[in-house]
Amino acid sequence: MESGPITGPVLTDGVAGETVPRSADLSGVPAKPNPAAATGEIGGTFWRRFVLRRPLVALILQRLGLSVGLLFAVSLMIFGGIEALPGDFATTYLGQSATPQAVENIRKDLGLDRPWSERYLSWLGGAVKGDFGTSWASKNSVSEQIGNRLGNSLFLAFFAALISVPLAVGLGMLAVQFRNRLPDKIINVISLAAISLPEFFIGYLLIMFFAVQLGVATFPATVYDSMTLSERLSAIALPVATLVLVVLAHMMRMTRAAILNVMSSAYVETAELKGLGTFRIIARHAAPNAVAPVINVIALNLAYLVVGVVVVEVVFVYPGMGQYMVDAVTVRDMPVVQACGLIFAAFYIFLNMAADILAILANPRLRHPR
Amino acid sequence: MPDLLSVKNLKIEATSYPPGEPPKVVTLVEGVSFNLEKGKVLGLIGESGAGKSTIGLSALAYGRGGVRITGGEVLLNGRDILKLDRGGINSVRGCHVCYVAQSAAAAFNPAHKLGDQVIEASLRHGIMSKEDAKKRALYLFRVLGLPNPESFGERYPHQVSGGQLQRAMTAMALCPNPELIVFDEPTTALDVTTQIDVLAAIKHAIEETHTAALYITHDLAVVAQISDDIMVLRHGKTVEYGTTKQVIEAPKEDYTRALVSVRQTKRDEASDQSGTLLKIDHVHAAYGNGFKVLHDVSMHLSKGQTLAIVGESGSGKSTLARVITGLLPPTEGRITFDGKELPKALKGRTNEELRRIQMIYQMADTAMNPRQTVRDIVGRPLSFYFGMHGGKKTERVGELLDQIEMGSRFLDRYPAELSGGQKQRVAIARALAARPELILCDEPTSALDPLVAEGILNLLMKLQEETAVSYVFITHDIAIVRAIADSVAVMHRGRLVRFGPKSKVLSPPFDDYTDLLLKSVPEMEIGWLERVLKTRRMESAGN
Repeated sequence: MESGPITGPVLTDGVAGETVPRSADLSGVPAKPNPAAATGEIGGTFWRRFVLRRPLVALILQRLGLSVGLLFAVSLMIFGGIEALPGDFATTYLGQSATPQAVENIRKDLGLDRPWSERYLSWLGGAVKGDFGTSWASKNSVSEQIGNRLGNSLFLAFFAALISVPLAVGLGMLAVQFRNRLPDKIINVISLAAISLPEFFIGYLLIMFFAVQLGVATFPATVYDSMTLSERLSAIALPVATLVLVVLAHMMRMTRAAILNVMSSAYVETAELKGLGTFRIIARHAAPNAVAPVINVIALNLAYLVVGVVVVEVVFVYPGMGQYMVDAVTVRDMPVVQACGLIFAAFYIFLNMAADILAILANPRLRHPR
Repeated sequence: MPDLLSVKNLKIEATSYPPGEPPKVVTLVEGVSFNLEKGKVLGLIGESGAGKSTIGLSALAYGRGGVRITGGEVLLNGRDILKLDRGGINSVRGCHVCYVAQSAAAAFNPAHKLGDQVIEASLRHGIMSKEDAKKRALYLFRVLGLPNPESFGERYPHQVSGGQLQRAMTAMALCPNPELIVFDEPTTALDVTTQIDVLAAIKHAIEETHTAALYITHDLAVVAQISDDIMVLRHGKTVEYGTTKQVIEAPKEDYTRALVSVRQTKRDEASDQSGTLLKIDHVHAAYGNGFKVLHDVSMHLSKGQTLAIVGESGSGKSTLARVITGLLPPTEGRITFDGKELPKALKGRTNEELRRIQMIYQMADTAMNPRQTVRDIVGRPLSFYFGMHGGKKTERVGELLDQIEMGSRFLDRYPAELSGGQKQRVAIARALAARPELILCDEPTSALDPLVAEGILNLLMKLQEETAVSYVFITHDIAIVRAIADSVAVMHRGRLVRFGPKSKVLSPPFDDYTDLLLKSVPEMEIGWLERVLKTRRMESAGN
C-alpha cells in the first residue's frame, strides 16, 4: 500500500481561487429526478418507477450499494497488489542465505502454496467476520492488535477534526465577509503557507518551538493504556496541531469559494434588497446553498485525517494504524498490510459516501419532491 | 401632495474592462428625472440596454455588479437616499422600498420555504410580529389569487410554477407594507395566459394596498394596462415622459411612435395551400425516461409557405421541431418530406436530406462558436454540403451577408462583436447557406427587442419571397403568427388543439384554449386588461 500523500490532501477539482467548478447547489448530486415525470405518465421497470416516486430514498440506496461494491473491488485490488509485490515474507524473514528448502517450508506453513483465488476467498471470508488472520511476524491476532491501534488513530483524528472543521468553516465565512480586505488576505496567506509545507516539516517545526525551546508540549507523543485522558490530550497536542494546519486551508478555501459563488446569485441580491445585514445574508441565504460542496471537501479531509496520518504518526512516534502499517510493510507482514489497507479503504469510502448522502439531503429539490 | 419619490438628474456609470485595453468608464444613465406620487404607477419602458433596470434599482440605492450612481439625487419622502450609510440604506430597503425581480425562479432562495422568505423582511425590520406577518402573507396570497393560500407558504420554490412564484415575489414585496415597489419586468418570463393573471393580480394588489410602483418593461402594451405615467428610455436618456394616455394615443417622438406601432404588420395567407412539402403524420414522441411529450400530432406545410406552431412553454412545440430534425426520433408516426418518408433518426439521414432542412435557434449566442468569425460560421455549411473553398466560398459568404442586409464588412467579426439582432441575422445566413427548402425557426425573435424583432421578421419574409423557402415558425406570440403565417397549428400539453389556414384558425368559433390564448395577448389599448377580466368574470358567472 501507499504511504499516503506527502503534502496534505490534494486539491480536488483544481479549486484554488474564487470559483467553484461545479454548480454549487447540485454538486455531488449527479442524478436529478425529472420534475415533469413525477406528475406525468410513468413507464418502465419497478426500479425506474421507484426512482421517480421516491428520488431521495432511491439515491441513498444507490450510494449504499455502490459503496459496498466499491469496497469489494478495493479488497480485490489490495490483495492483487500485494500478490504482485516483489520479494516475500519468507526470504525477508530468513535472510539472503536461506536454503530453498527452508523458504519452501515457511511458504507451506503460511499456506502460500495454495492458489491465490483460494487464499483471497478465505481472507475475505474472515475479513467480513472481522477476523483478519494472524500476523506472520508476531504470530498474534491481527484484529486484536489493530483494535488498539485504530482506537489511537481515531482518537487523534477525532480531535483534529473537532478543531479544524468548525475553524475552517468559520474562517471561510469570515473571509467572505471581509472579502478582498485585510482579514481575508491574512487568512489566505497563512492557510496557503500551512498547506504548502509538508506535514513532517510542520511537525518538526512545532516540536522544535513548543517541545524543545519553550518546553510547553510533550514529545514524543506516545500514549499508553495507563494514561489518563488529560495526559493523553497533552500528549497529542502537537500532532493534532500539525494535522489541523495541514487540512485547514483546503476546507477554508473551499468554504470561501462555495459561499462566494452563491453570493453572486439572484437570491442573494434579493436578500440584499430586503435590507438584511451582511452576516445574515451569508449565514442564512448563502451558507445553506453552499453546504454540498463544503461537505464534500470536509469529508475528503476527514478521510485524510484517518488515512493520511502515517507520516505524522511516524514523526511524533504515535502508536496508531499508520505506524503499524509502515512497520508491517518493512517486514512484508502481509496479513497486517492487507488488514490496514482494507480498513483505510473502508474509512475512505464510508466518509465519501456519507458526504454524498449529506449533499443529497442538503438539496431541497430532493428532500421535498414536488 | 408632496412626491413620494423624486429623482433628479440621475447619472449612473459603470467601469468596463475590455481585454487588452485600459479600463473604461461607461455612462449608463444620464440626466434622467421623474417624480412619483403616493399610490401612483410609473412605467419605465425601453429596449435592453436602455438603463431601465438600472434606474429602477437606483430607487433602492443599489447598483448591480460594478454599477455606481455618480450624480443626481434620489429623494424618498424628501430625503436623499444616496447619501445614507450602509445601515441607513438597509433600513430603507425591504421596508420603505421593495423589489420584484424578473426571474422569481432565481430570486427565491431554494433552501427556504416561500412563507419564511415572504415575511423575512417584515420581521427583520421589526415592522410586525411573526403572527401578524403570517396573517398578512396569507391575506396577500389570497389577494394575488394563489392556490391553497393557507398552505402555500409551506412550500419550497421548486414546488410551485413560474407564474405562482412571480406572484409570491409580489407578495414578498408587498408584505412589509412598503411605500414603493420596483417591478423589474415581472411578467416577461411568463406565458401570455399566465402573464395576464399575474398582471391582473399585481394591479389589484397595488390598488388594494395603495402602494406606489415603478413598473419596468419592454412591452408598451403591458405597461399601458397598469401605469398612470410612462417614461420612454433609450440609451440611458429620456425620450419621452408623459401620462399613459398621451404616450400611447399621441406619442410626440418618432421612437415612441415606432414602439406603439410595432408588430402591427399583418400578411394575408397564401390562397393556394396545396403542393405539400412537409407532412407530419400521427406523430408520438417520448423522452428517454418514458415521459410522453407528443400525442398524435399531425399537420402539413405547403411549398414556399409558413406554418406557425404556437403554444406555451411545455406545449411540445420545440419538441416537434426536434422530431422533424431527427434529434428526437418519434415513437410512432412518420414524417414525409417532399413526398418521401424521412428516416426517423438523424443518424439514418443522408447529407442531402440534412441539407434540405435547416434550423434557427432562439439564442443565436449559444448556437454559434464564439471563437469563429462570421466567415467561418457561414462558410462551414458551404464547404460541408457543397465542397466550396477559397475565393468562391468567400464570395458566396459575401452574397449571403448581403442577403441578410449586413454586407461583407462583417466577414471577420466574432459573434461577441455583433448585436443580438445581427447575431440572429448571421444565424439566418448560416441556415440559408445550405440552400434549404425548409427552415425550422425556434422562437428566433423572442429574445430580441420589439423593433429588432420586427426587422428579423421582415427579413425572413423577404427571403421567402426571393428563395421560396418554407418556414416552420415556432412561437408563443400571436402577433407574430398574424404577421407571417399561412397556416397555424395551436399546441397545448403535447397535443394539437387546432390546425388549418391562418384565417380559419384565428377566427371564431374557437375552442376554449385558443380562445384563452387569443384573449390573453395584451393589446396596445388603455383599459384592455379590465375589459378582458370583465368578460372573463361574466363568462364564469354565466357557467
